[in-house]
Amino acid sequence: MVDELLFFMEVVVGGLLAGTMYSLVALGFVLIFKASATFNFSQGAMVFFSVLAFCGFMQDFNIPFVLAFILAALLMVVVGLCTERLVLRPLMNASEDTVLMATIGLGYVLEGLAQAAWGVEVRRLDLGIGDFPVPWIADNLKLFISALDIFAGLVAALMIIGLFLLFKFTKIGLGLRAVADDAGAASSIGIPLKHIMLLVWSAAGVVALVAGCMWGARAGVQFALVDLALKALPVLIIGGFSSIPGAIVGGLIIGATEKVLEVYIGPFFGGAIEGWAPYVLAIFFLLYRPEGLFGEKIIRRV
Amino acid sequence: MKPVFMTYTKKDLINLAVCMVLSVLVIPTFITTEYWYTSILIPWLCLALATIGQQVVMGYTGQLALGAAGFMAAGAFAMFNLILRVPDLGFVGSLIVSGLIAAAFGILFGLPSLKVRGIYLMVATLASQFFIIWMIDKFGWFKNYDSSGIITAQDIVILGKPFTTPLAMYFVCLAVTTVLTLLAMNMARGSTGRNWMAVRDMDIAAESMGVSLLKTKVQAFAISAFYCGVAGALFAFCYLKSLEPVAFDIKLSFKILFMCILGGLGTINGAFIGAAFILLFPVLLNAVGNNVFHGAIDATIISSIEQVIFGGLMIIFMIYEPLGMAKLWENLKQKLSLKLQSSNVKNLKSSLSKKS
Repeated sequence: MVDELLFFMEVVVGGLLAGTMYSLVALGFVLIFKASATFNFSQGAMVFFSVLAFCGFMQDFNIPFVLAFILAALLMVVVGLCTERLVLRPLMNASEDTVLMATIGLGYVLEGLAQAAWGVEVRRLDLGIGDFPVPWIADNLKLFISALDIFAGLVAALMIIGLFLLFKFTKIGLGLRAVADDAGAASSIGIPLKHIMLLVWSAAGVVALVAGCMWGARAGVQFALVDLALKALPVLIIGGFSSIPGAIVGGLIIGATEKVLEVYIGPFFGGAIEGWAPYVLAIFFLLYRPEGLFGEKIIRRV
Repeated sequence: MKPVFMTYTKKDLINLAVCMVLSVLVIPTFITTEYWYTSILIPWLCLALATIGQQVVMGYTGQLALGAAGFMAAGAFAMFNLILRVPDLGFVGSLIVSGLIAAAFGILFGLPSLKVRGIYLMVATLASQFFIIWMIDKFGWFKNYDSSGIITAQDIVILGKPFTTPLAMYFVCLAVTTVLTLLAMNMARGSTGRNWMAVRDMDIAAESMGVSLLKTKVQAFAISAFYCGVAGALFAFCYLKSLEPVAFDIKLSFKILFMCILGGLGTINGAFIGAAFILLFPVLLNAVGNNVFHGAIDATIISSIEQVIFGGLMIIFMIYEPLGMAKLWENLKQKLSLKLQSSNVKNLKSSLSKKS
């Protein structure tokens, strides 16, 4: 009995920590949505693009770890700059759906560019933290929990705290919130919309890079990351599109549910229900609480 | 223009006649290489049909759906099982029933559209994509307990006659596509299509004018999935000649989405233009890569460049012409006819001045 409980705990904790990885992808999405009410479908592609560039800098040019990370982050700032100028500004007054489709196009461009520049083979990314159970926890609590999962959880927590402080206590954060609330009114009182957009896209790019590092260390840096990142969408639906805590809680819920379902119900259906379970969970949320757990209620005017 | 037959005007009938002459007489006489039929014309017709399905739900009804390939898979595997288990149905009967089975899935996964829209709906339809593929993959019954994972499609037999040569398969696809395209045009122009467009343009206003959202949206999803199902069955039986769930993955859904958007949302001819573009462009790019650079560029790089160009075009079209290539074609026709008119006027003027 105790063993079973321990095993259940292990599954749940493993799922929760893996869920933080989904949260990290969802976080970049929320940042952009909060500031510009844009659904950025290319967030997954940004994850792939940034981490592939990071690996490329390290492995093809032998640039040291920290410098390569900074270079990749700078690259994401450039991507943000180009996106703002070439995609978002011309579509300033376009409808939501049009911008969404444009970001699907943007995702294609980023995926293509990344593969053209760095090749299509799977790259290994070594963060110096192994994907194996931590001995100390295994000995004392009898739980097998991967060190990488714990590290990802810590990084996610740090990023959330950082972003929370940024949004709550800095002038930039105030500007961000103002733009999110009403872009027109914000620009009329002199908040530079262009800079805010650039800042948000760069921040989302850096978040994508961090998320990519975590995923890359686990599953290898490869195209499949884009499909994995799609799972951030149900996370967002559960958490609400405009809420940073929502992204975290959503990720945790998806991560834990997915693992529990896979372990306890999956075997009856031949396994691999992870692939669609999050989406079906999202549908149930949509039916009963379309705005998500933490999102603002969507009111449409006629 | 006044309709002559159902909702078709004289111009439509002329267009139809021209298309039929081209596709039934001209193409089979001039194109004799098998490559054109097996790798270009047949997939073009199948994917155009699937794109019409995507058009119905996205272009006409304004619901952002991203699961066309899932419905195609449902249609393809329904077809396989129907021919295997209910041979009395015949090819055409099986095709219709497999379309209906796909439509049932369409209704099921279209239900969330009653509550949500935009990207929310996209996520709900992604569920259909992943679920259908997983279901076919995991339950051996759908694949007739074939362990290899790839099943060879049965030969097409209509009224006792085998249709196995590329040309014969082309004609099968052509016949099905023509009939369904004409039907789609009729629906889009009739009250059904007007309801779809009313819901697309402003669903709340449409509802207050007496259009039932439930009926309209579910109908659109069912019809869309029917088209995708039939297209998927043709795609598997005439083009792939095999059935494997992997062939209908999310990439195909994105491809069909691109065909729909680049071709022109809310147009039937846009489906054909978009499908042709997305299919032919990689062929062209490969030809350029092989002949101009003599294979100096790696094939993977070429396919990456192709992806960049598709994405870039998507952005450019969204910014400058959200209605896609069909609208460009329309504009071109309008300009030409204007030029023709003005030159006619000039001729008239000059002839008048000569007379005086």
